[in-house]
Amino acid sequence: MSGLFSADAWRTVWTYRATFLHGLGNTVELAVVALLLSLVLGMLFGLLSTSGKKPLAALARIYVELIQNTPLLLQMCFLYYLLAFSGNSIGILPTGMIALGVYHGAYMSEVIRAGIQAVPKGQSEAAQAQGFGYLGRMYYIILPQSIKMILPPMVNQVVNLIKNTSCLYIVGGADLISVTYNFVTGSNTGGAYAPAYIVSGVLFFAICFPLSTLASIWETSLKKREAQTTTAAAG
Amino acid sequence: MNTWNASFSILQNPAVLGYLFKGVAFTLVISVVAVLLGLVLGSVLALARNYCNRGPVRILKWLSTAYIELFRNTPLLLWIFICMVFFPLPDFMSHKMLGLSSVEVKLMYKAAVALILFTSSVIAEIVRGGLNAVPQGQFEAGYSQGFSTVQIMIYIVLPQAYRNIIPTLLSQVITTIKDSSYLANVAVIELMARVKQIMSAAGQYNGLGVTNVTDVFVLFGFACVIYFIINFALSCLVRSIQKRKLKMRPAAL
Repeated sequence: MSGLFSADAWRTVWTYRATFLHGLGNTVELAVVALLLSLVLGMLFGLLSTSGKKPLAALARIYVELIQNTPLLLQMCFLYYLLAFSGNSIGILPTGMIALGVYHGAYMSEVIRAGIQAVPKGQSEAAQAQGFGYLGRMYYIILPQSIKMILPPMVNQVVNLIKNTSCLYIVGGADLISVTYNFVTGSNTGGAYAPAYIVSGVLFFAICFPLSTLASIWETSLKKREAQTTTAAAG
Repeated sequence: MNTWNASFSILQNPAVLGYLFKGVAFTLVISVVAVLLGLVLGSVLALARNYCNRGPVRILKWLSTAYIELFRNTPLLLWIFICMVFFPLPDFMSHKMLGLSSVEVKLMYKAAVALILFTSSVIAEIVRGGLNAVPQGQFEAGYSQGFSTVQIMIYIVLPQAYRNIIPTLLSQVITTIKDSSYLANVAVIELMARVKQIMSAAGQYNGLGVTNVTDVFVLFGFACVIYFIINFALSCLVRSIQKRKLKMRPAAL
């Protein structure tokens, strides 16, 4: 089984543990920067799409539809080749951060839009009647109420983002998956397939599983509370 | 800007166009097959995770839970690499077919298996959502009419669950079409890989001998347009189904 039970193969992986940690570091760095970018974009376009102004909402719609209906890999290649052939190459990691951030920004903006739209319209009107401006309305009234709707799907997006860092491989990236693949096919280290894939799988699982479990527990308790309030209201 | 004309001339080459559209066909077929087989495997997993609660069959619940969580929390590309090395290859998959060489058929088969395994874990959770949405009273009514648990599943619960998740499943087709581009990392079969292949030799096809930035726009832009048309049509379909469902709900209540 290509080294699953071979002590030698496991030893090779242990000797090169710094390589895996370096890949993990790159993946985490990518994910964190891309997450920040996607939150900024998501907030911006989420607010645009709920602004009630037709052209602004249309702009947000175009961004979301364009990004959500084309593969991340294609966007990544597009950006990378574009920068390379126009002579503005900025390196793989920064390119990946931008591509991932823009891709997940579209999903974040949908999550935020859904959260804001779930708050009854009367809240916004009442705040307006009390003399709140747009920003004050959002900051003090709408967002605090929608945050519990927004967070669980947002955490799921973070999990997807971490998994999607593997898209860097197609342009020869430095993320954990690419590092693992280079390790198992490398001339000095090649052949230790099973141990290397297990190590990289375990690293991903260790990051993603707690997050996705948190999101699903959150979601279930939210649904339960909602069901209770609706039955209470109906009764 | 005559490089634009040179770039567009790549897409006027019938051989290139044919090559790319064959890639579109592979993308669609692989995605649809992955969702259909993923639905079969995912349904089994969902039933095991939801209903194998008592006695020795509990081990099926644990196994399917482990499977679902394992695949949901690791990247698709890792599973593609793993299947490349470890998934056994049946004999009928090791010769030429569909205009692919025997090596390409082998790669396509293994990568498609990875995509199916990965998709099935996502679909299992979708099916579970559908099963959980079927009211408990449906089971009780079924038992009171003398149905066995298996009969209740086949005749009462599953049909309702599947009807409820049709829109979500269609969205999953969109996701799978996008995910199928990950196959480009290991084989040149579907659209993404073929566009990248043409891109790498764009200098020969555009007649200028060098690759320009306009080639990037034209080739990847072309692929974007194709993906967008397919996926946007599907997402419009999803939205119209959901709208119709919302309209029907007050009448049903």
